[in-house]
Amino acid sequence: MQTFSVQKKAFRAAFPHTIPILAGFWFLGLTYGIYMNVSGFRFWYPMLMSVTIFAGSMEFVTVSLLLGGFHPLQAFLMTLMINARHLFYGISMLDKYRGLGWKTFYLIFGMCDESFSINYTADIPDDVDRGWFMFFVTLLNHFYWFSGAALGGVFGSLIHFDTEGLDFVMTAMFVVIFLDQWRKEKNHLSALAGIGISLLCLILFGADDFIVPAMIGILGVLTLLRKPLEPAITSSVKGGFEK
Amino acid sequence: MTVPQQLLTIAAVVLGTMATRFLPFLLFPAGKPTPKYIQYLGKALPAAVFGLLVVYCLRNVTPFSGSHGLPELISIVLVVILHLWKRQMLLSIAGGTVCYMALVQTIF
Repeated sequence: MQTFSVQKKAFRAAFPHTIPILAGFWFLGLTYGIYMNVSGFRFWYPMLMSVTIFAGSMEFVTVSLLLGGFHPLQAFLMTLMINARHLFYGISMLDKYRGLGWKTFYLIFGMCDESFSINYTADIPDDVDRGWFMFFVTLLNHFYWFSGAALGGVFGSLIHFDTEGLDFVMTAMFVVIFLDQWRKEKNHLSALAGIGISLLCLILFGADDFIVPAMIGILGVLTLLRKPLEPAITSSVKGGFEK
Repeated sequence: MTVPQQLLTIAAVVLGTMATRFLPFLLFPAGKPTPKYIQYLGKALPAAVFGLLVVYCLRNVTPFSGSHGLPELISIVLVVILHLWKRQMLLSIAGGTVCYMALVQTIF
């Protein structure tokens, strides 16, 4: 149909970018669904949570919250801490996500690590609608996560794994996205600060508690480096978007 | 926990997640000019955040025990080489993942 040609074109452009996520989310989603299944939850729990929360690591944490006592305020505050990195995504996507009507709401709702990373770095062809492209990236990721979690929740105890190491697909994807960003920028101070401060905080605070200190450190260093960094960044980013 | 209590707990997590995703857009609405400092952060942060995400993926690696992080190191080096050489996102990711799976299932 002629009327859907814009959407079809955007879908065809978006889908290849989400293939690694298809592999990663089905694997992690299945693991998550199975984890809920063996923790004693009916299949509709992972289905409901994968659609409404849509933040992978937080959903694993929510399982242990559900197994503990009833402390909704504590659950809320803990979520703010674990998902605080989304604040950085929002600040980076202010220009790209605004002004797209109802799609803006869904794009922000579905802004997980992977959707943000693809929508920020992807080179969207000029003849493809940006709003629909980013919408389909988000929707496909959302669907992969939901279907993986649902399958895991329903068939949990029947599935046996010989896929050890498949979760590395997410690490490999973030390494590639980091490299693409690296090749685009003239000044690597921010990238190096991100790696360095995160590693330092990981050593100091441990795997479970390093993200918030790392974010504060990154914010502090980028604020201190604003004078030298700002001219380099604004000149290298121009032309990359704002089409 | 009863089912309504469980649903309230899930709702609290949804609310917390949405707060972290929507807050910047609520604080800096489209109608008003975004402060220069926030515009700067919007452009400077992503590179640092991608670094943070790579470290986040590797947070459970133990360099001083077990496999000493060697499967991760070897596979990441392969991802980087493949990506600088062919510049095909899917090839780099698939190559690194297959290498990692082979290493952890056979050697380590």
